Amino acid sequence: MSNNKNKDDHFLTRGSTIKILWFGALASLFILVLLDFFVKHYEHFGIEATFGFAAWFGFLACIILVVGSKIIGAFFKREETYYDQ
Amino acid sequence: MINDVIIPPGFILIIAGLLLPLLKGQLRNIVLLAAPILASWLVWALPDGESVTAEYLDYDLVLVKTDALARLFATVFCLAMFAGGLFAVLQEKTRELAAALIYAGASICVVFAGDLISLFIFWEIMAVASTIVVWAGGESARAAGLRYATIHFFGGVLLMAGIAGEIALTGSTAIGTLTLDSWPRWLILAGFLVNAGAPPFSSWLPDAYPSASWSGAVFLSAFTTKTAVYVIMRTFPGTELLIYLGLFMVFYGIIYAILENDLRRILVYSIVNQVGFMLIGIGIGTELALNGAAAHAFVHIIYKAVLLMSAGAVMYRTGKTKCTELGGLFRTMPLTAIAGIIGGLSISAFPYTSGFITKSMISQSAADAHIAFVWFSLTTASAGAFLYVGLKFPWFTFFQEDRGLRPKESPISMQIAMSLMAGACILLGVFPSLLYDLLPYEVTYVPYSFAHVVFQLQLLLFAGLAFFILLPVLKPGKTITLDFDWLYRGAGRLLAKEFNSFTFGLWKIVSSISLCFYRLAGSVIRKLHGPGGVFTETWPTGIMAFWTTVLLGVYLFFYFL
Repeated sequence: MSNNKNKDDHFLTRGSTIKILWFGALASLFILVLLDFFVKHYEHFGIEATFGFAAWFGFLACIILVVGSKIIGAFFKREETYYDQ
Repeated sequence: MINDVIIPPGFILIIAGLLLPLLKGQLRNIVLLAAPILASWLVWALPDGESVTAEYLDYDLVLVKTDALARLFATVFCLAMFAGGLFAVLQEKTRELAAALIYAGASICVVFAGDLISLFIFWEIMAVASTIVVWAGGESARAAGLRYATIHFFGGVLLMAGIAGEIALTGSTAIGTLTLDSWPRWLILAGFLVNAGAPPFSSWLPDAYPSASWSGAVFLSAFTTKTAVYVIMRTFPGTELLIYLGLFMVFYGIIYAILENDLRRILVYSIVNQVGFMLIGIGIGTELALNGAAAHAFVHIIYKAVLLMSAGAVMYRTGKTKCTELGGLFRTMPLTAIAGIIGGLSISAFPYTSGFITKSMISQSAADAHIAFVWFSLTTASAGAFLYVGLKFPWFTFFQEDRGLRPKESPISMQIAMSLMAGACILLGVFPSLLYDLLPYEVTYVPYSFAHVVFQLQLLLFAGLAFFILLPVLKPGKTITLDFDWLYRGAGRLLAKEFNSFTFGLWKIVSSISLCFYRLAGSVIRKLHGPGGVFTETWPTGIMAFWTTVLLGVYLFFYFL
């Protein structure tokens, strides 16, 4: 990241902006979970109507997907020149 | 024999495609853009039911049969052709654009085809025209195009065999709901599934499309897979097998896209992922699910066009397509970045984008049918979609680290095309009834409820949190991931190598054995004919006279016998 005195020091790349963005993002995540108190849940399968389900499920799902694909990648990854003679 | 003055809408595009190579400059571009507008007008002027029939051999062909579903797909095909054409007006290779028009026209003809034979004819025209679009990618696309054509002609053979069998067994060429109760129908489904990118034929997509030109990939992403979705929806709704194939495609797309480095390949893997969603909807087969699958195909064409245009514009300006070579482009290509972000949000089904109002229909139909594993898989995949493409594509292209690239913003024609399609993503997301009114069945589903929006935001934003936490792991390397196409790209070579060493070994054995024989024979000949050999000695004349006498004696003996 270009957090030095370059003249292309875009405001989005400044350390202070990034800090604010992280803070804003985490705060909105927190509020989103709190909003679950006001939601009327309809359950089909039981578990998906528990408090904050989508939040932890979405997070965990992504972790599992990434770890899973890394494991698959360990077997099937090749150099990008693999198919060129 | 066409018995009416109605012109099949697809024909307009095919004729325009045939004329295009004769035109130059602005005239070429005017025809390129006017043809899809005219075609979409014709689509909406068509009366319901069969309107154009013809006779071929002993069969009655129904070239145009119209209903809501056909109109829906034909409309979005016209839109994709128009926006793709607008994006591609700077394309110098007219053959690509001509082929794209024929390709789009043939797709629309497939959509309106009322019998299996005319469907097959246009199906094959699509295969040929799309191969030419791939080949327009240049020297590097030659091999990929050939592989693409081979797979599609193979699919065509399956389909033709299926259609022939179906005619032999039932005598009918009608397109209607079929049950998988005879081998020709299995073959027909297999032929369709090859084009849908179902396993084990998913790999032709990431192999062929990313080798097309910056504009070619936009055209390619729209037609082949969605035409396949359309015909499967017509013929095999409610087939349970499709649910499992769809689930495989959903996760295949995510996993390969997570590992991928090339932007356009990431986007193409996500086509497989999204077509998986559609096949699951068709497999569930309820009215809500079929509506969802059709609607999802419609919006998918639009946001996938936005994404590939964004990637294509970056490629046009920088000549680069890899995450490891790009970054920081938001500074000089802000509109391209915004289009990419809107496309990314739409494919992730963010509230108030087009993906939200359609993907949720398919998930809801799984919940209504109480198929728990499908619902949980789809929810997992929805979260994953934000991670593997919704965030990955814009982040690695336009943000991440600054690599000092300062290209100009994309040309104005591309900006207009991207804005049009990105605008459509938002418009449909905010006003779902615009799309719902076009669907084949009546829609009672309400996408926007407080609970649903909160649910989706939680799912996606926590997926986003996972993305930024896992960022160091997600950074792709300069690698590719082996796929089914290894069987005909890598395995062949390996087999040839094996065969080579096998034959070489065999040759060694054979040659050493024959060398032994040769030496043996040599030594025998040498013994007999060499110096001092029995045949090289000088013999006395007496021996000759003796043996002549013996021979004459034997002759006389047998003569008198």
